[in-house]
Amino acid sequence: MDKRIATADGPGGATDVTVASFDVHYRHYLDPKGALIGEAPAFAKDREIMLSLYRAMTLTRIFDTKAVALQRTGQIGTYPSCLGQEAVGVGYASVMTDKDVMFTTYREQAAQIWRGVTLTELLQYWGGDERGCDYAGPREDFPVAVPIASQAPHAVGVATAFKLRGEPRVAVCALGDGATSKGDFYESINLAGVWTLPAVFIVINNHWAISLPVEKQTATQTLAQKAIAAGIPGIQIDGNDIIAVRQVVGEAMDRARKGEGATVIEAFTYRIGDHTTADDATRYRREEHLSAAWKTDPLARLRTYLGAQSWWSKEDEEQLIAECRQKVEAAVAEYSAIPPPLPESMFDHLFETLPAALAWQRKKMAER
Amino acid sequence: MAEITMVAAITMALARAMQDDDRVVVVGEDIAKNGGVFRATEGLLERFGENRVMDTPLAETVIAGMSIGMAAQGLRPVAEFQFMGFMYPALDQVINHASRLRNRTRGRLSCPLVFRAPMGAGIHAPEHHSESTETLFAHIPGLRVVIPSSPSRAYGLLLSAIADPDPVMFFEPTRLYRAGKEEVNDNGHGLPLDTCFTLREGRDVTLVTWGAMVRETLAAAQTLAAEGVSAEVIDVATISPIDFDTILASVDKTGRLVIVHEAPRNLGPGAEIAATVAERGLLSLQAPIERVAAPDTIVPLPRLEKAYMPDEKQILEAARRALTFA
Repeated sequence: MDKRIATADGPGGATDVTVASFDVHYRHYLDPKGALIGEAPAFAKDREIMLSLYRAMTLTRIFDTKAVALQRTGQIGTYPSCLGQEAVGVGYASVMTDKDVMFTTYREQAAQIWRGVTLTELLQYWGGDERGCDYAGPREDFPVAVPIASQAPHAVGVATAFKLRGEPRVAVCALGDGATSKGDFYESINLAGVWTLPAVFIVINNHWAISLPVEKQTATQTLAQKAIAAGIPGIQIDGNDIIAVRQVVGEAMDRARKGEGATVIEAFTYRIGDHTTADDATRYRREEHLSAAWKTDPLARLRTYLGAQSWWSKEDEEQLIAECRQKVEAAVAEYSAIPPPLPESMFDHLFETLPAALAWQRKKMAER
Repeated sequence: MAEITMVAAITMALARAMQDDDRVVVVGEDIAKNGGVFRATEGLLERFGENRVMDTPLAETVIAGMSIGMAAQGLRPVAEFQFMGFMYPALDQVINHASRLRNRTRGRLSCPLVFRAPMGAGIHAPEHHSESTETLFAHIPGLRVVIPSSPSRAYGLLLSAIADPDPVMFFEPTRLYRAGKEEVNDNGHGLPLDTCFTLREGRDVTLVTWGAMVRETLAAAQTLAAEGVSAEVIDVATISPIDFDTILASVDKTGRLVIVHEAPRNLGPGAEIAATVAERGLLSLQAPIERVAAPDTIVPLPRLEKAYMPDEKQILEAARRALTFA
């Protein structure tokens, strides 16, 4: 018997009884100063894994800083900085396999870089060239979704395909705090719940949807609890603690792979940069918020942890920064050398085969 | 070979596509056990099982968006929206994603899906159930918009839409679902997209139409024939991209053009056809182009829907104006 259907014999006695109750957990392992809280997962003791995460976060930050500078000097277009959000992106991407598929908003350069999207492709896209979304690496990953939350339904569809084919693959969807106010998000987690789909929804709560702080986005205590309305687990984590991100997303991926369904993970982080290079956050954000955010910086925290394990030295840091700068400069040089697309190429992927009725327009464009 | 209705032809095409191609799945509201509000998916659940015929929650955005995800993964989803007027929550997905996934990934990902929705007035339906807003979709680059007008064309065009590697909006005039029967051969053969169908050849005037108005237009052509006027009737069928060559060749022959559609007059494929004939076929015209369309009003509730929809009389009047222009 479906317990949601009122029955003649059910719950008797009092006029008002509790029929369902929920709680929302928060998980963290590394405190903002980089000290371990309690027992860390096994991978946190694996030097190679932890160093690879730190290297990716550092590369992301150096790339991001450069991209902002390129925009300021007119070499790429409007760009959304991911400064301060490197741990969550690297963290969830690092527990995905090549067979999993990623769906993200536009501030997920950290995850994209880990997944194998090249720095050149990122510059190409933000430099205004669709060819930057023709990823050489993760061929099945969706390009970033600009309309907020609109990628969540795609993740549901891809997860449905995985489930129908019996493939142990997971659709991983990252979206922001603002996205949780949209129907797309709820429709998607709801369907993922009803169909027990292999999907993980990571709500990257960076506290700001352009100028709107999260407390004006919703009256709920947490964003994780929105999962309850979809009948799936929701958990909150410290998104600047890469150990927590990797561990909790990994648990959700395991559940999804085993056919146990979807999860919503709310990852606390902070958007240290402006919304995009076209935004000026000083119009709506006080300086003390920023200085507080820097105290939770995911890179400094992980660096402290690595140092405490004697895995990382000042020399290692200097060498890594030099390597990352070199990679970024090489990508900038490669990007700058790419000729712009031909005007008529805007017709070339409109359809698999250009309809005869449009052929003359392409011809005209080519002749201009 | 039995005579069947258009809705039965649609069911037959869905079943044929599902039988011939394991990638084809059908999703939507009330489409599985209930067979759809118009019974277009009747029997598919029993035949193909719940992994290929899936009832979704009542949520049009995710129906559209998940279809895009499935299509990108190589499935061939055919999503049913209960009425054209209930498709609007899905417009974000249609315009921002389905139409441009191939383009924005330079062909890395594609979106071979079909969104089916009943359209049009004339069945005494409640509010929001009588829309003819094909123009909204026809304006979007990267989409195909197809509207069948008979059982055999519904069968053939739907098969081609499902086989097409790009997104197709397939709008089915409710007024035609059970309006007449026709022999349809379940041979699995599609009919060409992006192509007009010349339903009746003629010399004196070209009548261009699509969807439900094909019936009135053919009736008008019959009436004109009795008066000794030879009217050519063209069913546009694919509203976007339009096969202008067929229309222009016909106007070149007849010198007179009447465009008939149930959608409001303002903008739309009718205006586009008129503009293109003016641009590319002006010198073949012997009379001003005539348009017979619904007024630019909200489609009224059923008591006025007959007055709203163009009828044979209006088509005849327009044709006669074109024929007698001196």
